Amino acid sequence: MVNLIWLIPLIPLGGAAVLLLLGRMLPKSLIKVVAPGTIFAAFLLSLGAVMESGGKPHEVVLYEWLPKVDWGFLLDPLSSVMILIITGIGFLIHVYATGYMDHEGGYYRFFGYLNLFVFFMLILVLANNYVLLFAGWEGVGLASYLLIGFYFNKKSAGDAAKKAFLFNRVGDAGFILGMFCVAALTHGSLAFRDLHGLTAGPLLTAAAALLFLGATGKSAQLPLFVWLPDAMEGPTPVSALIHAATMVTAGVYMVARSSAIYSLAPEVSAAISCIGATTAIMAATIAMVQTDIKRVLAYSTVSQLGFMFMAAGVGAYWVAVFHLMTHAFFKALLFLGAGSVIHGLHGEQDMLKMGGLRSEMPITFWTMAIAALAIAGVPGMAGFFSKDEILFYAYLNFKSVFAVGLITAALTAFYMWRLMFLTFFGEKRTLVHAHESPLVMTAPLIVLALGCGGCSYYAAQLERWLEPVLHSNHSPDIGLKHVLMAASVFAAFTGILLARYFHASTGPLGPLTKLAQHKWYLDDIYDFVFVRGLGMRGGEYLGSFDRRILDGGINGAGLVTRFVSRASIWADTWIVDGLVRIAGFSAMFASLPARIVQTGFVQSYALVIVAAIAAALGLFWVK
Amino acid sequence: MITINHYLAVSATLLLIGTLGVLTRRNIVVILMSIELILNAVNVNLIAFSKYHNQVTGQVFAIFVIAVAVAEAAVGLGVLIALFRNKGSVQADEVDLLKW
Repeated sequence: MVNLIWLIPLIPLGGAAVLLLLGRMLPKSLIKVVAPGTIFAAFLLSLGAVMESGGKPHEVVLYEWLPKVDWGFLLDPLSSVMILIITGIGFLIHVYATGYMDHEGGYYRFFGYLNLFVFFMLILVLANNYVLLFAGWEGVGLASYLLIGFYFNKKSAGDAAKKAFLFNRVGDAGFILGMFCVAALTHGSLAFRDLHGLTAGPLLTAAAALLFLGATGKSAQLPLFVWLPDAMEGPTPVSALIHAATMVTAGVYMVARSSAIYSLAPEVSAAISCIGATTAIMAATIAMVQTDIKRVLAYSTVSQLGFMFMAAGVGAYWVAVFHLMTHAFFKALLFLGAGSVIHGLHGEQDMLKMGGLRSEMPITFWTMAIAALAIAGVPGMAGFFSKDEILFYAYLNFKSVFAVGLITAALTAFYMWRLMFLTFFGEKRTLVHAHESPLVMTAPLIVLALGCGGCSYYAAQLERWLEPVLHSNHSPDIGLKHVLMAASVFAAFTGILLARYFHASTGPLGPLTKLAQHKWYLDDIYDFVFVRGLGMRGGEYLGSFDRRILDGGINGAGLVTRFVSRASIWADTWIVDGLVRIAGFSAMFASLPARIVQTGFVQSYALVIVAAIAAALGLFWVK
Repeated sequence: MITINHYLAVSATLLLIGTLGVLTRRNIVVILMSIELILNAVNVNLIAFSKYHNQVTGQVFAIFVIAVAVAEAAVGLGVLIALFRNKGSVQADEVDLLKW
């Protein structure tokens, strides 16, 4: 089965092809089976392949794509974890979406795109070289674009899709340049197996920095994170699958995959931690003042991705992957729960108009509560262990990042429980009669909730499982770990308690509130510098440059040509034609004497003859 | 006694009349007739010298001239009729297309 790993991405591709090409003709009930079915088949195949490989790296090369670059798949412990997350959680979200999208148009299109996304995501994580990874990387970007703009009648959705695409392009430019550097380092092979044994140097540092620029685009880090909150214009299952659980973690996966490079570039790694920490706290503060339920979760995702990069930056790659995994569970669950709430309230997303939904939507409430406890870092839940490991390694390697991380952990607990209190507790602030979602939607919630509680206990196994791929600097300082654990638990409960009392507050951050409400003015800065500055003003300058200089040059060339052609016409008329005419006229004038002789009048010829004879006779006579 | 000089005088007179006719008359028919006069002036001349030298060569030559004159008259009149059909006129000064 391990030789069949190339089939894993192919099955969703088949599903996507069928749905997108024939979907219009298929009955809805069939689509409901086909779309999740392909993902489930991929999941079973992944499970079989992972079990059979037993953690040994296994490569399947289909054919040589470019010189030295194969179309090859690599199943090793890291990609095993990723494909199980993608197909497993992807399957649950597909099932959920069959219920959530029931009343929406474009059913087949939605699931076709979703299957296409899973295909590209699997290509991304199964690739055995950077080029194939990049193909998947771009493919998920495309699927993300299509799904953010799924409600294409809405202008805001189309704008958000374009924004996501453009911001990703900026990152991708960095990724491509990074690939060039890697190609130079590995003599054109770009395969992951050739990354080992590299030596540090400026080129390697450049490769690390440029690849990370790609990661900041895809994984929504500073300075490129502003597209992710807008991406919430897409349907909620899309937000759960693409913009929380899988695609946005591609950057973290890529950094972990390139750990051989990053471990040799300590400056870049330090920068990654700093950027991760800054992004985490910035996004957390913004999440604290949002009122749209999905936007809170979007900023939370940005913040959690920041945590993952913190871990990757301090060299704890396996912890980053661990947090990626737990985050996939609880954030998918949170998004699906939020979707269930929105579904129950017929499209209402404003938390200020919710409240008191606990009794009306019990399953949604309890499952979301588990996820909220997990993300807050309450002991026994998924997020607790992973976040704790991150803080532990940050403390060992980078104290200031640790401090920021601890504060962010408290903020995380606050904004998440603010969401819970506003949504499920207190007075009901809407007249809409909410209803609990159908079983196809609640069942995935329950499964994910079990995962949130369960997967956390496998931290040690995961570390051992990932050991062959991701170098881990294991520290046995158990005492210190317990102290830090206590600190983070304290932070979590502080956050939850504060949320209990201040969740209705409009200014939870005091003087910083305004800053957070305006998203730290990042969008405004982009607007000012790029849209208005470079775009409009620059456009004006370019326009006047075009009009004055380029057009001037062209018009000048035209004038010169016209002048030259006038001169040429003059010369042609008076000199060339003149010569020809002179030749003609001179022949005419020369012929004039000869011409007048020929009168055409027979008798004059006769007269000449007679005269000539007379003259001849006369001459004869004279002689 | 009619001497050869008389014949030559008649011949010269005929030649002169014929030449003047060819040069001055406008009607092509008259011009053709004038050409006949010139030919006959030659004939008179030939026969006069034939008698004078007592040789028949001149007379034979005169018969040739008459034969040629007949042919010439036939061709000339044929051309004349074709010309008349095309132009409706037989005036020599109106037929002057062959010029520059």
